[in-house]
Amino acid sequence: MTSLSFLRQMLQDVRHQKVRTLLTLLGITWGTVSVALLVAFGEGLQRRIVKSQKGLGESIVIAWPSRTSIPYEGLGKGRGIRVTEEDIEALRRKIPDARFSGEHSDGRNTFRRERVRISPGMSAVSPVFGVMRNLIPAPGGRFVNDLDVDRKRRMVFLGDKLKQDLFGDAEAVGQTIMIDNAPFMVIGVLKKKAQDSSYSGRDQDKAFIVDTTYRGIHGDRYVNNFIFQARHPSLVPEVTRRVYEELGRRLKFNPNDKEAIKTWDTTEGEKFLSIFFTTFRLFLAVIGSFTLMVGGLGVSNIMYVVVEERTREIGIKLAVGAKPRFIQSQFLLETLTLTALGGVLGFIITLAVLWIFPFLGLDEYVGTPTASPAVVLTTAALLGLIGIAAGHFPARRASLLDPVAALKLS
Amino acid sequence: MMMIEMRAIRKTYRTGRVEVEALRDVNLDVDRNEFVAIVGPSGSGKSTLMNLLGCLDTPTAGAYRLSGESVAGLDRNRLAEIRNRHIGFVFQNFNLLPYASALENVELPLLFAGLPANERNERATAILEKVDLADRMHHKPGELSGGQMQRVAIARALVNRPTMVLADEPTGNLDSVSGRGIVGLFQELHAAGQTIVMITHDMAIARIASRVVQIRDGEIVEDKSAAA
Repeated sequence: MTSLSFLRQMLQDVRHQKVRTLLTLLGITWGTVSVALLVAFGEGLQRRIVKSQKGLGESIVIAWPSRTSIPYEGLGKGRGIRVTEEDIEALRRKIPDARFSGEHSDGRNTFRRERVRISPGMSAVSPVFGVMRNLIPAPGGRFVNDLDVDRKRRMVFLGDKLKQDLFGDAEAVGQTIMIDNAPFMVIGVLKKKAQDSSYSGRDQDKAFIVDTTYRGIHGDRYVNNFIFQARHPSLVPEVTRRVYEELGRRLKFNPNDKEAIKTWDTTEGEKFLSIFFTTFRLFLAVIGSFTLMVGGLGVSNIMYVVVEERTREIGIKLAVGAKPRFIQSQFLLETLTLTALGGVLGFIITLAVLWIFPFLGLDEYVGTPTASPAVVLTTAALLGLIGIAAGHFPARRASLLDPVAALKLS
Repeated sequence: MMMIEMRAIRKTYRTGRVEVEALRDVNLDVDRNEFVAIVGPSGSGKSTLMNLLGCLDTPTAGAYRLSGESVAGLDRNRLAEIRNRHIGFVFQNFNLLPYASALENVELPLLFAGLPANERNERATAILEKVDLADRMHHKPGELSGGQMQRVAIARALVNRPTMVLADEPTGNLDSVSGRGIVGLFQELHAAGQTIVMITHDMAIARIASRVVQIRDGEIVEDKSAAA
């Protein structure tokens, strides 16, 4: 059959069963929209959550020196462990697979600018801290750097909300504020970021200075806590083990004593999220597929009717020499065309929804759904499968018609 | 070699518990360029015989060779090929595709034979001209008279140059004038060397055949060649 007469034949069928075909097409269209949108929303939400999680830093571990819980080399348990900058420096030397930063904070700092007086959280850190914790400066500013460390400069990096509290909409970079009555120059402001977890207040409310400056003022050798980041998330357990080993040796505690240094491994949460979202998206895809399958049943049903209506025509074709397998492929092709039509319509609607969605201002909460190649491919593959399944049975029935019986109908 | 060789053909239909013997022990040879009329009352088994001859159905027992080729045991796809290559059907109710033009209807067997479009068009046009329908080629069956429709059907039967034309009551749905025209067309075809097997219950039409086979209760009761 030429493609032209094939198309004409299909239009003929469509015209005979206008309402039914339309409803069937809608079924497929709606199914396609369901699958594509659900998967797209799942992906958008995942990206949104992962992004906020990364606000804290990617695959970092936060460690708090605490008290021993296992006696070690004649020392009793319950002994306080304190970590100094020198210990952190030793970790840097011994464990090249990770980067480290100590963090000092005493939470008793008063910030003053003109008439504004507040006591925000402040951390004294190494420059590498900014990279590890995704403290990205807004344009025109920078994070503290090595020169600040070497020269013990009084430079401060402000969280975006803290900057707002101190300066309002005025430019902050280059200005001086008083921290505990000592002047500090603002060298950067945090670029607004999503952060869903923290351990000493959100970064937007905090200030950061270099550790050497802090020590110069307070004379405090001990860090409050320290953070480290392995070169790759898979290295985290090994790096963590070596941190306990090294500090255990230096500070005399059992390297298996998880209480001596308490840690928060954020990769655990990342792993959980990854598994959760894989399951979640699978779940959404399954729900969408069921909708699409119902659409497929509709197409299959209408094709049975078409076969019924065209029984005599099939008989004629068989009599003049059409092979049953030709009849079968003709009906299969017709079903696939119908399905594809519904699918294309569904994709168009999906794209329209995805295009409109960002204007609704909901992406703060549910992320921005996107039709990634994975979404499109999944949906297209499902459509194909359902089209073939829906077409197979009516097409088979058509091909198995007995020409004698088919011709007898009038 | 005979064009058609049927040996001890039996056909039984099973309807529920009852077995109906539609044909019992039928032997039939048809030679090239014969015009055979198969006559008999309804229920005699002539339609069954036509279905078997046309490879639309397969016998319960017996041997059938068409143009020297055994038809028994072929699958449905192979049988379709045989029908396409060897048999041109003409039915009582025309059996034309209603949505297709006369030309497209005639092209149909060539399509299934796998001919390219231009050749299909050429051959179908030529054959429609031969049956005097040159000016009706692009009409749909609904726009044609009964006689014209049957001529389209005959053109379709002839277009792939079949071994035989198999006609089942070809004048049954026509008025007497159109019927005579169709009978005349069959006579012309026969004169031109076409092998024809026609099933009819009308003895007047049967008389134009070169040979009349009478069938009753599933058996051939008389087989008479007309004195030439």
